[in-house]
Amino acid sequence: MHVVLSISAKRLALGLATLLAISLIVFFSVELLPGDLAEAVLGQGATPEAVAALRHELGLDRPAAVRYMAWVLDLLHGDLGRSLATGRSVAELVADRLGNTVVLALAAAAIAMPLGVGLGILSTVYRGRAFDRVASTASLAGISFPEFFTAYMLVAIFSVKLGWLPAVALVGTGESWLQRLVVLTLPALTLALAVVAYVLRMTRAAIVGVMAAPYIEMAQLKGISPVSIVIRHALPNALSPIINVVILNLAYLVVGVVVVEVVFVYPGLGQLLVDSVSKRDIPVVQACCIIFAATYVLLNLLADVLSVLSNPRLKRPRQQV
Amino acid sequence: MNILGKLNRAPLSAKIGIGILAINVICVLFAPWIAPYAEGQVVGDPWAPGLVGAPEGDLAPTTLLGTDHLGRDVLSRLIFGARNSILIALLTTTISFSIGITCGLLAATMRGTVDQVLSRIVDVMMGFPTLIFALMVLAILGSSIPVLIGVIALLDATRVFRITRAVAMDLEAQDFVEVARLRGESIGWIMRRELLPNAVSPLAAEFGLRFCFVFLFIATLSFVGLGIQPPTADWGSMVRENAAAISFGILMPLFPASAIALLTVAVNMIVDWAVASTSGVRNDN
Repeated sequence: MHVVLSISAKRLALGLATLLAISLIVFFSVELLPGDLAEAVLGQGATPEAVAALRHELGLDRPAAVRYMAWVLDLLHGDLGRSLATGRSVAELVADRLGNTVVLALAAAAIAMPLGVGLGILSTVYRGRAFDRVASTASLAGISFPEFFTAYMLVAIFSVKLGWLPAVALVGTGESWLQRLVVLTLPALTLALAVVAYVLRMTRAAIVGVMAAPYIEMAQLKGISPVSIVIRHALPNALSPIINVVILNLAYLVVGVVVVEVVFVYPGLGQLLVDSVSKRDIPVVQACCIIFAATYVLLNLLADVLSVLSNPRLKRPRQQV
Repeated sequence: MNILGKLNRAPLSAKIGIGILAINVICVLFAPWIAPYAEGQVVGDPWAPGLVGAPEGDLAPTTLLGTDHLGRDVLSRLIFGARNSILIALLTTTISFSIGITCGLLAATMRGTVDQVLSRIVDVMMGFPTLIFALMVLAILGSSIPVLIGVIALLDATRVFRITRAVAMDLEAQDFVEVARLRGESIGWIMRRELLPNAVSPLAAEFGLRFCFVFLFIATLSFVGLGIQPPTADWGSMVRENAAAISFGILMPLFPASAIALLTVAVNMIVDWAVASTSGVRNDN
């Protein structure tokens, strides 16, 4: 078991190093600005006194390394600074939105993961036949289409033609769970479609890869039914890449929400990020980027560790990768 | 090589893909001559219906696909948009390949510290979600076409680097590279004359896929309002500017969105066919 532990520890260290590098990039990329943040915020018409005052207020008159340490310490204490545009605490702004984004991503995952894996297994059972070919073409389309195309197609069908679901997902505070569910349907479905396509293709590829092994041919020669071969013989050995793909797609979902939230005017973290980028509200952008990137890194880390745990071959690596 | 014969034997999906790509290329090359109106010309009321999808008994529409939110002809905007969207994506992909291939070949020939440093930088950059990275840089530098091209080319170059390095590492272990080294050729010569020509074919298919990715990425950024800025005609921004129309039952935003989707599907189909046919040739030998 200690081999698994040491690999996991190594991945964990790599993940933490990535997080550290990300915090450095997020913080020091602001230093790339010609001039500094205070000048960028106030614009060219600002008086030197105003710039100096803001510079002092933002602490820009201290050396960058000191500011970085203070920033990271604040970050670890949950203090994300203040928004330049509204003066509100960033932690408050983010807290309002984070819950909505998590709900949306989880709803999409709940639809997409079982459906993607299930359809992927069916595709291998009916390999080369009509079902497989339709699934393969449809999933290629699902991957190639931009999210906003899928989103507006769904809106055109379900909101405009049929009138069943709202075209925007404005969530207030007073709604019941049922109302929230109705509002969430289209955004969650949009996200789910892209993920289903990926998971389907990867599941199929993983199982088909195993199907080439001699022991599968043996099972076929023994006359075992195709369904049983795929599920009892091939699937267990394909489980590790499938788990990997499912979690990597969760990581994709975290980023994919950005566009979908903009399409449906859904008050989530992605929308906040895009708004703040166009307003160039740097503290909010930094906070959102750190949250998105940390979630992404942690999910990738989880995928790595789980794939080590679920694959007996990775427990005894012949050479370090 | 008989290209026409090969094309004739291509599967239907590849032929459709080539057809769609050809239409797009014609739009890119001859936009001012094909488009019925100028890029920014106002030709009617906002969101006036066109010949496609006009209600029965309406006044005879003067445009094919209707007008946008400022009353400009959608078809003309689509044709000019092809030019901007595709050329910017193509330029970005070319730059990203130049950076990625140079660094990848350098890492494979120099090995040691150079390889370690480049690979670790790429590891960190790939650990960061692309969209988030791009949004952060755009927040700091502001959105303009040169910034857009630079950021996306740099982010995309990490993927090109990985592939080039893997391909070049395989090649580098072969005898002809050893011979060149013993002959005393420079690093530059080995990269350009020994490795690059042999890496071209796997990288060519990759170019198609990376182009799709870059094209969709720019379209997505334009769609959220942080990419190509108006009044430049661009498919992603066209969807954004007209998004409100869909709530009134006007399907106009679907036209530019479909143009984006069709082009990416087309390029994917061609790449699928190209990969399948080159690997088939290898199996025959």
